[in-house]
Amino acid sequence: MTDYAAIIPIVIVVLSAVAAMLAEAIRLPGERMPIYGFGLIGLVGAAVASLFLWNTDAHSFFVIRSDNFALFINLVLCVIGILTMMFSNDVVEREHIPAGEYYALTLFAISGMMMMAAATDLLVIFIALEILSLAVYVLTGIRRESPAGSEGAFKYFLLGAFSSAFFLYGIAFAFAVSNGSTRIEDIGRALSAQATGAPPMLALLAVGLLAVGFAFKISAVPFHMWTPDAYEGAPTIVTAFMSTGVKAAAFAAFVRVFLSALEPLQVHWIPILAVVAAATMILGTVVGVVQSNIKRMLAYSSIAHAGYMLLGIVSANSAGKAAILFYLLSYAVTNIGALGIVALLGTAKHQHDELRDFSGLWRTRPGLAGLMTIFLLSLGGIPPTAGFIGKWYIFTAAVQEGHYALAIIGVLTSVISVFFYLRIVVMMYMTEGADVVRPRISRMAMTGLGLATVATFYLGVLPTRVLDVALDSISTIF
Amino acid sequence: MDVIAFYIFAAIAVVASVLVVGQKNPMHSVMLLITSFGALAGLYVLLDAPFTAVTQIIIYAGAIMVLFLFVVMLLNVPREEPAPPAVSALLGPTGIRIGVILSLLLGAEIVWALSRIGLGWFPQDPAAASVSSVALIGASLFTRHAFAFEATSVLILVAMIGAVVLARREH
Repeated sequence: MTDYAAIIPIVIVVLSAVAAMLAEAIRLPGERMPIYGFGLIGLVGAAVASLFLWNTDAHSFFVIRSDNFALFINLVLCVIGILTMMFSNDVVEREHIPAGEYYALTLFAISGMMMMAAATDLLVIFIALEILSLAVYVLTGIRRESPAGSEGAFKYFLLGAFSSAFFLYGIAFAFAVSNGSTRIEDIGRALSAQATGAPPMLALLAVGLLAVGFAFKISAVPFHMWTPDAYEGAPTIVTAFMSTGVKAAAFAAFVRVFLSALEPLQVHWIPILAVVAAATMILGTVVGVVQSNIKRMLAYSSIAHAGYMLLGIVSANSAGKAAILFYLLSYAVTNIGALGIVALLGTAKHQHDELRDFSGLWRTRPGLAGLMTIFLLSLGGIPPTAGFIGKWYIFTAAVQEGHYALAIIGVLTSVISVFFYLRIVVMMYMTEGADVVRPRISRMAMTGLGLATVATFYLGVLPTRVLDVALDSISTIF
Repeated sequence: MDVIAFYIFAAIAVVASVLVVGQKNPMHSVMLLITSFGALAGLYVLLDAPFTAVTQIIIYAGAIMVLFLFVVMLLNVPREEPAPPAVSALLGPTGIRIGVILSLLLGAEIVWALSRIGLGWFPQDPAAASVSSVALIGASLFTRHAFAFEATSVLILVAMIGAVVLARREH
């Protein structure tokens, strides 16, 4: 109880969010202030704090546990946050997004994500989920003059509120199963005590409702309906942030709840999640092929990637578990890179997010075209990039567990998905230049893109080190 | 004493609720609804549930009713004018008929439910009353659920910033 160590990374990020808000309050009208600096300081601080906490297994208030699993997710979230901050400065100024509120909400969302990854109490997971969801709903609709943004935000909010109700209902049943506790370890204990024989109806209801709540947040089929609209309507930089951050946090809590507390009921939930994973991979890929808007296409691609990660949960042997964490990291750096480039190429008038806006990018901006190619190939899973290794480990785990059909679906959908990633590449290199104004990109944003590229190649060429860390960290929660 | 208080509160609640439906001015309806909620809070006190009574006042009579009032004010409903005849299907005779059917159904449902379980089912245990005492709730909130309690403050802060961002006037 008196040990506050485990909440330090969360508190640092919350403080930086408050600082960003106060900075906006004292900013003179028209004054330019590098508010993102608070974000960078806070996120680097949180990352350093997470490194210091490594292997300490600190426990605060009985509900926040900084085991290596949570710290790994913390580091992934810090990477996502830092890259977002580096890209944001260009975009926020250009698109007239209210800066102080934007940075504050982004940082609050990250603090909620960290809390979600480290929480060992369903109630705290719920509160963390709400913190990050509320912030992301508002970020989606932060450009109020854009009808698409308002529509996306409203859909996201309504469906999100609906899924929260499901999740809360699931918590209530879990509370009943464990005789009045929402702690994950209590629920796990209660379930393993009655593991013999058929599980009680209440436990199955809890599993089902919690799965619906998580499936919504990771945008798994059939709870993905909000994703394309919200991702397309949101400012592109917000799309980059939420397609990676929300997914990482939701998967972290998903893994923690399902593979520790609800593991005794594994035989019951594996078939459901297997079907969901298959549907998610197929729908995300097939519908993605016919999109002409890059953000919408990447939204469907993110649905497909959620399917691959679900496959990791379904085939949760030791290889599969580590693969989920590795995949989260590799997906985060590549997807935020790709969407970051789309965001950086937008102007105040046009988002330039249609496929044809990318034609001839190679002639005007060869550097950006090259980086975009790398990120897209990584998303498609082509060696020697991070995406290939991530998929390789996930599919290997699936085959080891005997989920041959799922592994085959995964490989086939990956092959199809390469088609639509390559379509952008072809557009960039082989067609005449589109008549669009390409905005200037600051050195800071280019550095961010460079870092993401280096990470993509590092994870693709020398994955063992990170994979060992992932394996080590996931072993702390099982 | 308890019985007399019960009948007084119950009568206020029922009469006020009936009057809510009958008002032509929405502002009067809202005021009567507050009266009804207040009487309900009195009933909770009689049931040895002070915490529920207080939350009833704060949340329903306080927060939610203020919200109602604001909506009524913002919609700018005409004041004392008689309601125009049958503006929509909901207010017209069809609407009244549906309302009557629904309330009859609800009444039948309550009678059926009470007759099935019997009135003796309700716990008379004095120990049960102490479970909802403010002290116990407070203790659990500040010990076992301390972190969740504190984290909620961040949640509310985010909600406030979000509301300001979305409601802010463009300049």
